[in-house]
Amino acid sequence: MTDTAAELDLDGALAETRVEELLTTLDTELVGLVPVKTRIREIAALLLIEKLRAQAALSAGPPSLHMSFTGNPGTGKTTVALRMAEILHRLGYVRKGHLVAVTRDDLVGQYIGHTAPKTKEVLKRAMGGVLFIDEAYFLYRPENERDYGQEAIEILLQVMENQRDDLVVILAGYKDRMERFFGSNPGMSSRIAHHVDFPDYAPDELEAIAGLMLGSMQYRLSADAERAFADYIARRRSQPNFANARSIRNALDRARLRQANRLVARRGSTLSRDDLMTIEADDILASRVFDEDADEARARVGS
Amino acid sequence: MRLTQGTFSFLPDLTDDQIRAQIEYCLEQGWAMSIEYTDDPHPRNTYWEMHGNPMFDLHDAAGVMVELVDARATFPRHYIKVNAFDSTKGIESLRLSFIVHRPDPEPGFTLERHEVEGRHIRYTVRAYATDRPQGERYP
Repeated sequence: MTDTAAELDLDGALAETRVEELLTTLDTELVGLVPVKTRIREIAALLLIEKLRAQAALSAGPPSLHMSFTGNPGTGKTTVALRMAEILHRLGYVRKGHLVAVTRDDLVGQYIGHTAPKTKEVLKRAMGGVLFIDEAYFLYRPENERDYGQEAIEILLQVMENQRDDLVVILAGYKDRMERFFGSNPGMSSRIAHHVDFPDYAPDELEAIAGLMLGSMQYRLSADAERAFADYIARRRSQPNFANARSIRNALDRARLRQANRLVARRGSTLSRDDLMTIEADDILASRVFDEDADEARARVGS
Repeated sequence: MRLTQGTFSFLPDLTDDQIRAQIEYCLEQGWAMSIEYTDDPHPRNTYWEMHGNPMFDLHDAAGVMVELVDARATFPRHYIKVNAFDSTKGIESLRLSFIVHRPDPEPGFTLERHEVEGRHIRYTVRAYATDRPQGERYP
């Protein structure tokens, strides 16, 4: 094969896999997450080059693509895993590109002899796609030496090693607990090629996420509501149990409730399409987060 | 004597790639797969033993192939078949069932003539293999 042929192929392969388009939607639809996006681009590039190398009869064997996603709740681990499955499918690394999301309960049995068939069934379902194990550290319970989780881990390791071209395993969870999990399961850690960390979102990123969510639900914030929401985010972030994008989604869902309630209370007057779409500052300021000084907040946004 | 039962029975034995392609087709149709084995080759023996649980919601043939490799290792001297079950209302039965592994050699069947009253003859087919107890039929 000549060099020129290989040069021509790169554009061809890119167009053929249509992966560029997928990466672009990833950039527009996922806010922030720069390290994650960089890593996904790197993996996509590697697989693409691997394809071309195969065409040029250069072989390095398929790379290992088992991953671990660590990050706080609501940072988009599951969403990215879904996209990952699609990207790997487009690049021909996995054959079907579906995602099977499981937790400890789906893998570990309740009595002796229950775990192996259960784990194997899940693995078989995931073959050809991506197996996403959420909160993977629950698999390992050091305080109970007879815990069946260890058995599930062993089966998992075996399949991760021997059937690399049949499925990709993604382990996800909070960073510190995942690190402890890998610390006590070095076999698992060494079989995972990509450790991807999901950073927390900055306030302006959370606002952008809210904008995307509202857009997809065909709502919008009034100018006052936007200021109120920025305030909401600042307050909510400092409170306990803040779950990044998930908290934003919940906040918006509650704002929708209040908006609906407000509109129903206006019985008698006619509602415009605009009314149905707009969330006002009051819908947001009624939140528990503003409890202590709601009046002060109201004064600040001028409503 | 080569046993001919189920789909593709008059074709030469399928290779693993061909088996994989057939399973792929079944999964595309949304059928549930299962693997069964027996050492009683009689054609009226419809109840073979299950190897593992039936496999639902698979997306890729690799899952079934794993089980098949396991079944062959466990029962190298048994017949093994792959079944595809269609749960569609009104069908609810096997759509496809084919032998993927067979013992070697296969001694085949004998035809027994049973003389009854008036010199009538009744015929019975009996597998040589079943002369021996289960598990020792194909040495």
